[in-house]
Amino acid sequence: MSYIFEPGFFSNAPVRTALVMGALVAIVSAVVGVVTIIRSQSFAGHALTDVATAGGSGATLVNINPLIGFITGAVIGSIAMEAGGMKRARQRDITTGIVLGFATGLSALFLYLDATKSANSGVTQQVLFGSIFTVSSSLLPIAGVISLAVIGAVAIVWRMLVVTSVNEEIAISKGAPTRLVGTVYMVALAAAVGLSSILIGSILSTALLIGPAATALRGSKSLVRAVFGAAGIGIAATWLGILLSYDSYYWEPSNQGLPVSFFIVVLIVLSYAVAAMWHRSPRK
Amino acid sequence: MFAGYMLNAWESGTMVAVVAGVVGFFVVLRGSAFQAHAIPNGAFAGAAGANLLGLSPLLGLGVFSVLGALAINTLTRRAKSDVATALVLVLLLAIGAAFLSQSTQYEPQIYSLLFGEIVGVSTAELLPTALLGLVCILCVIVLFRPLLLTSVSQDVAKSRGVNNAVVDGAFLLVVALATTMTIPVVGSFLIFSLLIGPAAAARVIAQKPSSAVLLSVATALAVMWGSLLSAYTWNWPIGFFVGTYSAVAYVAAVLSRRLRTQ
Repeated sequence: MSYIFEPGFFSNAPVRTALVMGALVAIVSAVVGVVTIIRSQSFAGHALTDVATAGGSGATLVNINPLIGFITGAVIGSIAMEAGGMKRARQRDITTGIVLGFATGLSALFLYLDATKSANSGVTQQVLFGSIFTVSSSLLPIAGVISLAVIGAVAIVWRMLVVTSVNEEIAISKGAPTRLVGTVYMVALAAAVGLSSILIGSILSTALLIGPAATALRGSKSLVRAVFGAAGIGIAATWLGILLSYDSYYWEPSNQGLPVSFFIVVLIVLSYAVAAMWHRSPRK
Repeated sequence: MFAGYMLNAWESGTMVAVVAGVVGFFVVLRGSAFQAHAIPNGAFAGAAGANLLGLSPLLGLGVFSVLGALAINTLTRRAKSDVATALVLVLLLAIGAAFLSQSTQYEPQIYSLLFGEIVGVSTAELLPTALLGLVCILCVIVLFRPLLLTSVSQDVAKSRGVNNAVVDGAFLLVVALATTMTIPVVGSFLIFSLLIGPAAAARVIAQKPSSAVLLSVATALAVMWGSLLSAYTWNWPIGFFVGTYSAVAYVAAVLSRRLRTQ
């Protein structure tokens, strides 16, 4: 057993917090991720992690809790994108790009000021690559509340969300409030992404949002089943990744350890590759 | 302002802006913003890897940006293009994170790779930057008509004997090349702003492709020179100004069109 679980894995408090937090993020990402893929909004989902980074680094600068900064940043970004027009694919591409470009500029400034102000050298790496092991367990309650709010919001508009995503014209002709539904979705996406990028870093946030959902959509007939499948894949990848990363500190020859994000992303991409080979016909 | 070390910045910045303006036009026209974001960010992993092995970062950037472009191109044929791009991006970034964790690289170097270090361009790097830029522009000139056709309509292009798959792949390789030459100057995050903002602004104003390309280059140059001037004056990171001025250019273009149509 100790070859699989290196000493102290289960008695380690940061590891336990990481396991709980990872599962929470995996579930929220699954719910939002499936909708993101059927709406072809992966770019927006990824861009919002970088927009959240601008909010987080800005909050650090003025001594506000970075969690608030991440989520506020992402929500403002999502509203800006929605206002710039997200309907036609090309326009969506440009609007997302402009918001993303501006936000990275802001991040550049805030991270620079953070670094010069506090000589806090780890900021850039911390924000981008995150470290699930350093998440404070005191964040758990608020993370839980935000997750529930996101899942609740998506559940309420679920039917309309699916209809508008599959065929916008039909939805409009039937009088569905597509604009409202789109905005609810974008804000839910922003909250989910903001939360997950502070907990697990912006790379992992995108990986968990897109990877498991894309894998599950390859195999399942119904969208609800895909959500459950994605949550399962996400949790499995996160937990296995945490275990491997913990163990890697014991690996010869360097004993330096590899980051959690590396393992989780590799597992997610592998599961997608397997699913893609299994189910040859893609859901375009 | 035009001291020795700033001269390199002006020269390399000008080259970067010209290439970004030209390549950016097609990025915007084809709706390839996500790819144009993913390739430079993935290339960052290459620089981290090269550093670990003690190789030139330019080599790492080149190898990884080309690999990223090829992977996105291959996967896009089998899956939704945005999903394919996202998966390649996170995989490359995760590899980058693994490289970083093994190296003893310290923070400012990572920051400058991500956000650029315009005064960090040495005289020795000017020539390779210029050569890569020239190759980029030549590729775009050669590909100009087929690129335009496939971007507007894949069906029309096909009926005129253009191989869409080849053109798509070739274009991603051009983005990879542009990435390799520009990252050391403006960083992997900010090259994206320079690719999108000026070109999107130009597309709003100009109708004809040739005038849109020229306007895009002119805007990119204005953004770059303005950013250099501002960064030098206020001593803030160049990336902030590149990001802000690019966005301002686009918003100004949209507003001016609204005013005219009213």
